[in-house]
Amino acid sequence: MIGLIPFFPLLGFLINGLGGKRISERMSGIIASVVVGLSFIVAITLFGEFLKIGTPLEQTLFTWIAVGKFTVSFSYVLDSLSLVMVLVITGVGLLIHIFSIGYMKGDPGIQRYFSYLNLFTFMMLTLVMSDNFLAMFLGWEGVGLCSYLLIGFWFEDPVKAAAGKKAFIVNRIGDFGFLLAMFLIFSRFGSLKFMDVLIPQQIAQIPIEIVTAITLLLFLGATGKSAQIPLHIWLPDAMAGPTPVSALIHAATMVTAGVYLIARCGILFAASEITMSVIAVIGILTAFFAATIALTETDIKKVLAYSTISQLGFMFAAVGVGAFAAGIFHLMTHAFFKGLLFLAAGSVIHGMSGEQNMLKMGGLKQKMPTTYWTMLAGVAAISGLPLLSGFFSKDEILWNVYSSQFGGNILFGIGLFTAAMTAFYMFRLFFMTFHGDRRWSKEVSPHESPKIMTIPLIMLAVLSVVGGFIGIPESWGGHNFFHQFLQKSTQDATGYITHQYSSGLLLSENILMILSIVAAIGGLLLAYRFYVQRPDIPGKISKSLSIAYKLVSGKYFIDELYGLLFVRPLRNGSELFLKKFDISVIDGIANGSGKVMLVLGNKLRRIQTGVMQNYAAVIFLGVISIIFYLYLK
Amino acid sequence: MVVPLEHVIILSGLLFSIGVMGVLFRRNVIIIFMSIELMLNAVNLALVGFSRYHNNVDGQVFVFLVMTLAAAEVSVGLAIIVALFRNRQTVNINEMNLMKN
Amino acid sequence: MDLSLYFTRQDLWGILPEIVLLVGALIILSIELFARSQRAAMLGVGILSLVIAGGFASKNFGSSFILFQGMVTLNDYSTFFDLLYMTAGIVTMVISYNYLERKGGETRGEYFALILFATMGMMLMTRGNDLVIIFLGMELLSLSLYVLVGFLRHDVFSNESAIKYLLLGAFATGFFLFGAVLVYGTTGTTNFQHIASAITNNEILSDTLLSLGIGLLLVGFAFKVALVPFHMWSPDVYQGAPTSVTAFLCTAPKAAGFGALLKVFLVAFPALHADWQDLLWALALLTMIVGNISALVQTNVKRMLAFSSVTHAGYLCIGILVLNEMGVSAILFYLLVYSVMNLGAFGIISLLEKEEKGVNFKDYEGLASKHPWLSASLALFMLSLAGFPPTAGFVAKYTLFSSAISEGYIWLIIIAILNTLVSVYYYVRLIVNMYMRTSEETLVPFLHPLLSVVIFILAISIMFFGVLPGWLIDTVTQAARIYT
Repeated sequence: MIGLIPFFPLLGFLINGLGGKRISERMSGIIASVVVGLSFIVAITLFGEFLKIGTPLEQTLFTWIAVGKFTVSFSYVLDSLSLVMVLVITGVGLLIHIFSIGYMKGDPGIQRYFSYLNLFTFMMLTLVMSDNFLAMFLGWEGVGLCSYLLIGFWFEDPVKAAAGKKAFIVNRIGDFGFLLAMFLIFSRFGSLKFMDVLIPQQIAQIPIEIVTAITLLLFLGATGKSAQIPLHIWLPDAMAGPTPVSALIHAATMVTAGVYLIARCGILFAASEITMSVIAVIGILTAFFAATIALTETDIKKVLAYSTISQLGFMFAAVGVGAFAAGIFHLMTHAFFKGLLFLAAGSVIHGMSGEQNMLKMGGLKQKMPTTYWTMLAGVAAISGLPLLSGFFSKDEILWNVYSSQFGGNILFGIGLFTAAMTAFYMFRLFFMTFHGDRRWSKEVSPHESPKIMTIPLIMLAVLSVVGGFIGIPESWGGHNFFHQFLQKSTQDATGYITHQYSSGLLLSENILMILSIVAAIGGLLLAYRFYVQRPDIPGKISKSLSIAYKLVSGKYFIDELYGLLFVRPLRNGSELFLKKFDISVIDGIANGSGKVMLVLGNKLRRIQTGVMQNYAAVIFLGVISIIFYLYLK
Repeated sequence: MVVPLEHVIILSGLLFSIGVMGVLFRRNVIIIFMSIELMLNAVNLALVGFSRYHNNVDGQVFVFLVMTLAAAEVSVGLAIIVALFRNRQTVNINEMNLMKN
Repeated sequence: MDLSLYFTRQDLWGILPEIVLLVGALIILSIELFARSQRAAMLGVGILSLVIAGGFASKNFGSSFILFQGMVTLNDYSTFFDLLYMTAGIVTMVISYNYLERKGGETRGEYFALILFATMGMMLMTRGNDLVIIFLGMELLSLSLYVLVGFLRHDVFSNESAIKYLLLGAFATGFFLFGAVLVYGTTGTTNFQHIASAITNNEILSDTLLSLGIGLLLVGFAFKVALVPFHMWSPDVYQGAPTSVTAFLCTAPKAAGFGALLKVFLVAFPALHADWQDLLWALALLTMIVGNISALVQTNVKRMLAFSSVTHAGYLCIGILVLNEMGVSAILFYLLVYSVMNLGAFGIISLLEKEEKGVNFKDYEGLASKHPWLSASLALFMLSLAGFPPTAGFVAKYTLFSSAISEGYIWLIIIAILNTLVSVYYYVRLIVNMYMRTSEETLVPFLHPLLSVVIFILAISIMFFGVLPGWLIDTVTQAARIYT
């Protein structure tokens, strides 16, 4: 039964992939959606069963690799953690598949598109359902490959193909960490099964340095997949792919695989304080810096991309301070509202005939009412307005960052500030797109998207609004169903974390909550003031400021102005840190190592002269060195 | 008079080295071929020497095999050289470098 | 004369597969002599004799014999290799169908006969239990290959690669022979077991000369399997040879070289293996790195695959370094998977080749939209070569690397993993060219039902051994257990 969940998408992949053009455009979308829908139904059924019996469901399909006494079987396991992931992947995935039918209509490669999308779903399900590292790695590589194929889907454009390549290279760095960690685990634990490895007594016997090395390497894998500093550079470029792909892969599912990995191996990670601190700090820093970049970005998808990096940073901060359930909770709500935001942005782009620059939007409220209202739900949710899903999950993270032994005041402060920035840039995006002057050119005639696209939007909007209620904090007198549900998967790990509840924290959870509400509303109001109330005044000021600004045809100076006054220094700092650092260090390492390889390759090429006697001479040199080696012995 | 084993080995080693040098430095394919034959014959000499020393015939049987091989190699090699010469009108090894990086 | 003095009936039964191959080759040569135009018949006889020989060989599974007074041993180890060579031979024959004609040459009976001879030679290499037999097998193989490589007589590339291969091969054979002689001279025997007992009983003439002998033997094998720095022939020869021959050349002989090298270290010099660890370590390292980096800058697919096969030899060298049951079985598994992948890849290239076109990366642009099945198969072979799960290439790498990790070679494996990651670049490049580029004119494959079936079977087995490798792993473990 469990095996059916990944089986259906695989079937869809085979049908669409092998059928090719013989399947009609409409049919391929329907097939792809139906298979994911079937998986979703199976997942729901199993969810009910799981609630009833309360123990993880397992199914061993076959023994995969058996070498000597080590066996790795290909088995799927559904515990509470993987169930949450499976429901998100199939549920949100289904909506995105349906949305794609409308969005990709008329694209000549639509069968290929849907076959990749189904293959991705299969790989992602394998990633989260496998019961061992090796099968997880299969999914891990598989989603990377699909992501690569889908980013470069519109391959005619060389920039887009290059973006795919960048994603590929960066992910390889991450894979290196994962693979090496896997081999280390194998050599130390003698097994790759989660059940054999994730046992506190087992871990206690391994030297702490090794545990730290393993977890840091796994975290390196996670940073690559989940676009955390310093391996975040690929995600903004990955926006070159079709928008539903961004929604599915680069917002809701694949990029959260790193968070899932850490939550899954929580016991292992919690054993190493160094790793935990590193994760928490990197998470918060990523959240902060990515948010500052999003503040001035004008490409609607790029804003969402940086926002995704930032939100992923929050999730890492959560798992880094040991709040695994909170991290997964945010992962889920984020899948709702970020999936929604991307799809809504897709709907806007669709209606604007491919325009992504927000400077050329504005006043779309009347033209696209459904998109408008659903997007408002998403923006409000991600900003953390009270009672919406993002409110509960983000708040829980901030509270845990504040109270955990790995967190603290400083991290909390940065997190809170980032939350305020989030509200600001999200509402900025919203106002720039839907309010204010109509800045689009005459050729464009914005229109609402067809029903097949708006219905998924509405459903995701509903989820974004109410999705948080399954995790009402205990301080409100609720009993946090989500926590209890996840407890089985994460409690052993959280045993390591000592929350300082008793040691007299200055602020209680409720006070923190009020602070974050203030932050969210502050950001909202600031954006409203800048982008709706007074867009003209800053424009005038900026005109008098600099000749450079006059060159920019006077439509939207607000950005430049507030950039100059307020964000510019911040952004410069972040740019220095993120982009320059990227270019010089990370890109340097990625491209540089590539270049070094190519240079070396060209050097070696020169040795390969084609003259047989040179080859013979090299052989002779080899013989001499062997003799020399023998002489040395 | 019995020739000591060391002498045989040293002579064989010298012949072998001369063969190697020939392969490395001569330009004419045919002469390179002959140098390789020299290497093989150096081996034969050593084989006979060892065979005598150990007083078993394994080595001498081996010599026959090596000789057969050498003959076969020459016949194949000459055939290839002829084909090559037909196409390229040269036996200079330096000119045979169409394929390289 | 009483023949039973020299060999027994059991000996003859043991070499029945070789006899079948010999008879098959002679029949083909006779057809060539009397009915030259009957190419299908020659192909048929060639395949049939390989199948029959394979049938006889596989009967030996599970039992083991010592034949010809210890010259030849028959056991699961040798049988595994026998079947590997025969499979490679059959696939090569099928993909050769009409290939030489497409290249402007002519398929002659010798072509098939030589493949059969080469197969016999390789069988002797892994069945042999005596330096003389190993040498004999190796030369039978090499001589056949020299001719096969130069089979396109009118083609200057084919000529040139043949002469390079011949001269360098003979050169390396010289070293190998000298090594064999030194081992014989210092131990007084060429039989593996006797060599081993001479070493353990310390009845050696001179330690220095013995080490030198082993070193020179290693050179011979390293040349055969293309370890750096003895690899330089391989890109040129792979490029110039007819692609169907390249497919054969880079699979079965490499397996034979590793098989024989393993056997030498396992049976004749087990006591001395420790002395050679550093050297093998360095060879593995150098081979991986040089092969990989060189492959990055290639524009010719055949050359890229040549360097890729050098890289794979480097990985395999790690297994020789480990040399326990797990390591040896990992090598056997790897060799089989490696052969399947490369036969498939070169097979597809040979179908697409036409005169000058079909061997450069650029030629593959836009292939996927015209020939989805062929492109999907080629992409699968590439992914498997790159070691992506769930292909067989991944399982092969995984078993090999984990055998080395459990022996503590962590740094070597770190470098191996890095190399694997780099290697993805050039394999995926081909996929990118097929799937993500468009081109006005795409290659037109020569498709014959027989060829399609063979390619399909190879592709399926790559997936099959990737998802369900259990049976194969059991088989190779059983084969590896003979000597470890």
